[in-house]
Amino acid sequence: MARPTAERPISRKQGRVGRPLSRLVQAGFLVAVVLIWYLAATRWGVNRLLLPNPVAVYDNLLDILRSGEFIGDLETTLGELAAAFAISAIGGVTLGYLISRSRYWIEVFEPLLAAIYSIPIILFLPLFVLFFGLGPASKIALGATISFFPIIINTIAGFGHVDRLFVRAARSMGASDYRLFRHVLLPAAFPVILTGLRMGFTTALLSIIGSETLASLAGLGHRIVHLSEAMEMARMFAYIVFVIAIAVTLNAVVSRLEARGKRD
Amino acid sequence: MAIASPKQLSVLHSLARRPWLARLVVIAALFAFWEIAARWFVDPLLLSPPSQVVASLDKVFGTSGVPAALQLTLFELAVAFVLAVVIGLVLGLAIGLQPLVRRSFFPIVLLLYGMPQVTILPLFILFFGIGAASKIAFGVTHGVFPVIVTVVAGVQNLKPILLTGARSMGASHWQIFRHVIFPHMVPSFFAGMRLAMSGVLLGVLLAELYVSIAGIGYFTTLFTQNFDPAKLLGLIGVLAAMAIVLNAVVRRAENHFARWRAE
Repeated sequence: MARPTAERPISRKQGRVGRPLSRLVQAGFLVAVVLIWYLAATRWGVNRLLLPNPVAVYDNLLDILRSGEFIGDLETTLGELAAAFAISAIGGVTLGYLISRSRYWIEVFEPLLAAIYSIPIILFLPLFVLFFGLGPASKIALGATISFFPIIINTIAGFGHVDRLFVRAARSMGASDYRLFRHVLLPAAFPVILTGLRMGFTTALLSIIGSETLASLAGLGHRIVHLSEAMEMARMFAYIVFVIAIAVTLNAVVSRLEARGKRD
Repeated sequence: MAIASPKQLSVLHSLARRPWLARLVVIAALFAFWEIAARWFVDPLLLSPPSQVVASLDKVFGTSGVPAALQLTLFELAVAFVLAVVIGLVLGLAIGLQPLVRRSFFPIVLLLYGMPQVTILPLFILFFGIGAASKIAFGVTHGVFPVIVTVVAGVQNLKPILLTGARSMGASHWQIFRHVIFPHMVPSFFAGMRLAMSGVLLGVLLAELYVSIAGIGYFTTLFTQNFDPAKLLGLIGVLAAMAIVLNAVVRRAENHFARWRAE
């Protein structure tokens, strides 16, 4: 479930030249997509069960937002996300810190964690369902497990690669354990840990919506599957738009928080 | 342990000098914990001890259809990976080589890459059916974006002077691609292939688990519904091993082909 976010290789200066023109192209592209969608749905006779009319999708989206019927599913999904992220963040940072206290334990655990991290843990979903049932517990457990790995790996990387010179200097000037942690280790490791937490949050969100899609009784992912099985395409598209908007917003907020935390 | 016997000390010493040995001990301890928990503390309908899982491996492969399902899944993975790399390479070059196209479409690519694709999984099933095509398509859409992004990034730090130089010496388009652009983007391209592999694995397995008639998703569902955790764990273990091997192969290739840079 690892999805490292793309770095932005375009430098700001380059991006500014000719920006209006590229904005125009982007707008044109968007209009073309919607237009082709509209024409395909209305004129070219693409089956309505495959591609609903965008106008109907828009109406359904407004209806969903106005009636507030999404609130129950949204609460389920966000509640699972909060629980899973809390578990993986606390567990990952604590265990990562404990492991990072000695070079030796880093050597022992880091390759092990990296190897597990490369397995698509979503494979174990059937096992989680056997264990925790179809309700929120299995989603929380899976989301926490999947997001645990980027967090602990980054925590180890953050604390483990603090320049030894700083540590020795602080020690020789008589810093206590607490002050060493608070004024040397934590500031040095914090940016890397933040990156891990951001990656953990994104993967937790992804795996929770994913496991709701695969096997569940409630939540936004379940709603989309339910509508797909009921062949209510316009409403399903509207929910997809809604869920993507929420996911993109949450990820943007978390990235913003990460950037702010790194600046301080 | 106030006084350690010389023998104990030497064991600790050899552990202290060899982290990989300690790693093996940790792994063994985890398996022992699992064995004890499954044998005496957890409902056998939910969890089987590793000894039973290993013993049931031949029964898993003996279940009619399982070898074919593994083969099918491997086939889906291979096709999806190749398609993702080829499409990603073509789109990445098309987007990356033209400044205006790049500024216009690269943000769109990044936006799409950041979207939770699993929300449209039911659509893939509706469009491509419940057979292999939908798994391949879902794998491709998961794998193609990292390739595009890394190819665009790789093409971008190409010095214009190299292109101008090659062109002024009369290099054809193909020659410029083969001898200037390609060697330059190799390191990031292989990094993209590694990300594509984990993306393809995720996409194909998600689609398999969602609905499947002949692939491994069918059998994970079957074993789950039959409360047969030994077979389920055996099958998942085989798949996890497959994922580790595939990832390791791509990583090895990445290290191999990125070497010229370091030299």
